[in-house]
Amino acid sequence: MVGDPVTAGPRRRVVGGRGLSAVLPGAPQLLAGRWGVGAAALLAWVGFLWLLVARWDRVWAGAGGPWDERLAVATVVLGLAGAWVWSWRDAGQPLAGRAVAVSQWDLAVRAFSRNRTAVAGLIVIGGLYALALVTPLVAPYDPLAQGDLMTERYVGLSAAHPLGTDQFARDVLSRLLYGARISLSIGFVAVAISVTIGTLLGAVAGYLGGLADTVIMRFVDMVISFPRLILLITIIALFQPSIFLITAVLGLTLWPSTARIVRGEVLSLREREFVQAAVALGYSKTRIIFKHLIPNALAPVIVAATLGIGNTIVLEAGLSFLGLGVQPPTPSWGTMVDAGRGVLLDAWWLSTFPGLAIVFTVLSFNLVGDGLRDALDPRLRS
Amino acid sequence: MSGGETATAGGPERPPALLEVTGLRTWFDTDQGTARAVDGVTFDVRAGETVGIVGESGCGKTVTSLSVLGLLPTPPARVLDGSSIRFRGEELVGATARRLRAIRGNEISMIFQEPMSSLNPVYPIGDQIGETLRLHRGMSRREARTEAVRLLDEVGIAGAERRVDEYPHELSGGMRQRVMIAMALSCAPDLLIADEPTTALDVTIQAQILELLAALRASRGMAVLLITHDLGVVAEVCDRVVVMYAGQVVERGTVEEIFADPRHPYTRGLLDSLPSVDEPGRRLVPIPGTVPAPTDWPDGCRFRARCPLAEERCGEPQDLVGLGREDRAARCWKAPAVGAGRERP
Amino acid sequence: MTRYVVRRLLGAVPLVLGIATIIFFVVNAAPGDPTLYMMAPGMSSEVVEQLRVNYGLDQPVHVRYVKWVGAMLTGDFGYSFSYNRPVLDVLMDFLPNTLVLSACALGLAFLVGIVLGTIQAVKQYSGLDSALSVVLLFFYSMPSFWLALMLILTFSLMARNVWDWPIYFPASGITSTGHDFMGPWEQVADRARHLVLPTLSLALVLAAGIARYMRGSMLEVIRQDFVRTARAKGLPERTVVFKHALRNALIPVITLVGLYIPVLFSGTVFVEYIFAWPGMGRAIVEAITRRDYPLVMAASFFFATMVVLANLLADVLYAVVDPRIRYE
Repeated sequence: MVGDPVTAGPRRRVVGGRGLSAVLPGAPQLLAGRWGVGAAALLAWVGFLWLLVARWDRVWAGAGGPWDERLAVATVVLGLAGAWVWSWRDAGQPLAGRAVAVSQWDLAVRAFSRNRTAVAGLIVIGGLYALALVTPLVAPYDPLAQGDLMTERYVGLSAAHPLGTDQFARDVLSRLLYGARISLSIGFVAVAISVTIGTLLGAVAGYLGGLADTVIMRFVDMVISFPRLILLITIIALFQPSIFLITAVLGLTLWPSTARIVRGEVLSLREREFVQAAVALGYSKTRIIFKHLIPNALAPVIVAATLGIGNTIVLEAGLSFLGLGVQPPTPSWGTMVDAGRGVLLDAWWLSTFPGLAIVFTVLSFNLVGDGLRDALDPRLRS
Repeated sequence: MSGGETATAGGPERPPALLEVTGLRTWFDTDQGTARAVDGVTFDVRAGETVGIVGESGCGKTVTSLSVLGLLPTPPARVLDGSSIRFRGEELVGATARRLRAIRGNEISMIFQEPMSSLNPVYPIGDQIGETLRLHRGMSRREARTEAVRLLDEVGIAGAERRVDEYPHELSGGMRQRVMIAMALSCAPDLLIADEPTTALDVTIQAQILELLAALRASRGMAVLLITHDLGVVAEVCDRVVVMYAGQVVERGTVEEIFADPRHPYTRGLLDSLPSVDEPGRRLVPIPGTVPAPTDWPDGCRFRARCPLAEERCGEPQDLVGLGREDRAARCWKAPAVGAGRERP
Repeated sequence: MTRYVVRRLLGAVPLVLGIATIIFFVVNAAPGDPTLYMMAPGMSSEVVEQLRVNYGLDQPVHVRYVKWVGAMLTGDFGYSFSYNRPVLDVLMDFLPNTLVLSACALGLAFLVGIVLGTIQAVKQYSGLDSALSVVLLFFYSMPSFWLALMLILTFSLMARNVWDWPIYFPASGITSTGHDFMGPWEQVADRARHLVLPTLSLALVLAAGIARYMRGSMLEVIRQDFVRTARAKGLPERTVVFKHALRNALIPVITLVGLYIPVLFSGTVFVEYIFAWPGMGRAIVEAITRRDYPLVMAASFFFATMVVLANLLADVLYAVVDPRIRYE
């Protein structure tokens, strides 16, 4: 089945074509029934354009401001240009009946794009990361700016403060938006660290076997036996909590599960013909591991990594909740939930909204992870 | 009543029909459209006889057998209005779930193709046989166990007293099929439906199981509906044969009639692809092409695309054409004209 | 069977020792030592030095490691600075509370998870199935500490102060203040009431994960030939699902016991902290803030050992449920 020429994708109708894509990027794709990419491009276009117009003064000022504001401006400009150029070029592509050789990855992409909830999750995640990047342009207030402590503490939901204010009369919505930057970047970086270490050690253990395997896997067994939170709080509490320490420690405690997955994959790949052939050709072990084993063992790693980002976000929030993570006054979702703990009845919004933000972020990662698992498993795809 | 009349019309010496399937249509609603897996099937089984349903995989023979006991999941499957399955005159289509359960495993039982996976891996075989007895016969646990041992002995399992407490994974494939048979026979059913009972087994074991089935049929006087793709098996054990193709019956007759005088080109194709002891050295002729997908059966004769005798008129819908004797029929307008013997185009 | 269990137990010994080693070196790699926290203003440096000698902190790391492991093997986990009692005594006060909470949560989680997953599988593609999927995914994505706060807000604070519900649940501790003056049955009821919210906070998140897994497992089993055989026998659907399918579908779910115990213990840290539940989780958080090293080390070690034992239990259960697994 694989490798057969197959007609790619659903048959697309010409609707508007390039003319429409010049005004509303994504719209032609959306009308052609490719709602995933269409909605992504259209949302990016409309969202960034609105930002550019409505927050023109901040964009202008931000272009010469601190690094995070410059990054935000760059995101807006590149996002607009990207959506426009992609849609324009895509709308000009031949429309139907392209016959292409189909690889495993193409099949996976196609299976994934048929999974509506997973695509929706991916769009939400993309939106969250975009929002995190442009936060300085969007947030209504400075997240650290305290209001009038006499009159503006614990103000409920209102037009001025859509999600209320906290004990220092700071705007909860603004803090929520800035908190997203912390959670999302810690989640991403920590998982990146752990995937790198886990993949390398797992591949080495699986391919070399013997003593290396025993040492690495026994260590993995031990780390996995720890309730991860207890290991984390032990380490963090002994040092001085900081964002870098938390990211590093989260990354350094997650890799054993990746290593286990990769080792399992490598053990079965090792016996396969193409690896045997590489051995027979006298390739070096490094080359076999990096060129032949790791790329073929990646599918389950990608799934685990996606689910791992969600998990890591929850853990980071938990550490911050215990006061062992991100330190005040830096806004993070975990510290915000903690801030509302003592005033649940009087200021319910303080704990509720950051928690909901965590739930929906993690939910999106779980949806994408589930979708990836189904799409990457050839048994489930047919 | 009409069932009784047809039975008498067949001749005074023929026993009355036990199972009468008339115009059975079982369709599946799938993502790819409606699959008309069984599309108007009519046949009957009389007390004490063995009827074989033959055809390639995908022709609808298994779906037919599962429809009889209402064992298909609905949805996606549905048995269409106008279908009729009568067991001893009682209509089973639309019967209550309770009534169907009372019949299953009791008056009609079934054995399946895969003895490896048809037994529950976590319960001892004795429990699984005894479960049927306790359900339908109201036996106590101890009585059921004793009876299970006796049944295992009857189906030729040595050391039944010891084997009864073993788990399925401790038995070989042939033994497991014997256990399945023991389970099916436990309540002395009038009809046994055997769906490819020997396909998954080694050739020597196949012969043993077929012998066992034949012996049990003779000693118990039950009827057997045998589903198979193997004409050799049919020749060995069946009295009458129903040939199915693409969800329809294409030919019906006694085993002698089907083998000596096949009237449908598909039946003839099946026979030609079978090696024969009588004619050593004859070239085997495979049937070209494959069975079309059940979501898009062709109009007219469904065998047309693969048929060596296809003509313009085959594009019209084909009905079963009676061929003299009451039960004998073929779904081909050329059937009455085609003479006896194996003349090849 | 017994031999199998004994062999597995012996096999776990090096693992537990390795864990102890990791704990020791992590804790000792940290800067600062507990004497810093015991210093009163005006304490002379000789006194501090004497304290260090008393607690053996003046000796080199490898000596302390050997001593620690040696003592631990004889059941001596050292002396807690913050409680001024032997560590083992302190932990034995807390351990039962944690075990009760964890056992209730784990039991409830598996019960709810298995039931919901089975219902979903049996009613696949129905509205109920999709609705449950959405709800379960929501809980699956939820941090237990936030769920705990939301439960407190709803079933404790709002229920009592705003909505005047006849039933509300206490939000902290394991007993009410008047516990000692209650009759025996009232005492049991009082404890049970205190257990409700902490148990739910832990169990709902786990149950969601178990249900998702159970649904998949059940769907796989329900398609198998032996389920068709069971139907062909004329068994009622109830028996087919609960006797024939369920037992098989449970086999892979048992591995989740081993997998979820660490998650559960992580959860107890938050839940005990939020509900002021005098258990090991809360003890370890407090011990860390007070730099009570011996208590931190012993508590981590206890947690890790319980995880190892839970994994062992899962393996044994697996062998009990699945006759195809041999003990040899």
